[in-house]
Amino acid sequence: MSDIRKARKVLVTRILEGGGEASRSQRRAAFDNAETAEPVRTLIHKVALHAHQVTDDDVAAARKSGLNEDQIFELVVCAAIGQANRQHDSALAALAAATGRNEHAPRDSR
Amino acid sequence: MRLAILDSGHGFGTRALFALIRMASRQPVLDVIKLVKYRADFYGTPMGAVTHEAMRGPSAWSVGDRELMAAVVAKTSGCEWCTRAHSAVAQGAYRDAAKVSAVLCDLDTAPIEEPLRATLRMLRKLTREHAVDADDMRAVLAAGATREQIEDALAVCFAFNTVGRLADAFGFFQPGPEVFEAGAKYLLARGYR
Repeated sequence: MSDIRKARKVLVTRILEGGGEASRSQRRAAFDNAETAEPVRTLIHKVALHAHQVTDDDVAAARKSGLNEDQIFELVVCAAIGQANRQHDSALAALAAATGRNEHAPRDSR
Repeated sequence: MRLAILDSGHGFGTRALFALIRMASRQPVLDVIKLVKYRADFYGTPMGAVTHEAMRGPSAWSVGDRELMAAVVAKTSGCEWCTRAHSAVAQGAYRDAAKVSAVLCDLDTAPIEEPLRATLRMLRKLTREHAVDADDMRAVLAAGATREQIEDALAVCFAFNTVGRLADAFGFFQPGPEVFEAGAKYLLARGYR
């Protein structure tokens, strides 16, 4: 079987803890869909839950709020990966519950 | 695209690579390539490792099955760009365009095996509702998919739950079918790294 666990961990660690133009706390908030300040909150929320509804105006508003394009790039990437990650974890937990075994913990710790 | 940096903010070496791609393929560079090559250490390189493993790593699912999963996930999330792109790859991998069209049109009646059908149903729910439960997984297992196959399908879903959001959020340009055809040939020959 394929195994994305290590690569997924590297990806998440990179976007949240590696260097970037947005602060680590901004990236974490985007990843968690927990941004509170508008207009960035709307953009992040849409990316996480209704990405096809993102408009030019949403991105323009984020730019006008003072974010540069690199910061918007990073925050949108964090929001997308954060939501996909939550969905993935939810599904793995459901699979473990259905099969009565969780083989992730020991393999993750290798 | 909505961010100018993703269209034209690449370094000299990457811009030279794009010129080569345009010359060799006689097609414009797809926006997904522009995305993964922009500050590749932040997103493109680490995400490429995830996507390549999910789509081309060892699996009981064929490459065509996994590309079909990508297309179904994309269609469910409303991402037209990824639906077109990965339908083209799945059609190429299966050498069967009708099968891919049938699945995207009506999963319940499409001519596919039951383990794949049940897996695609679960991926659709996960993408649409952002969560699934143990009963959803039991239904897939009862249809004959193994636990390993389900994990492999979830890896595909993770990759395309990410990429689809980015395609929509950044506003990927919708090219003609010939550009997706060229992209599909590349992905079948080289993968995602």
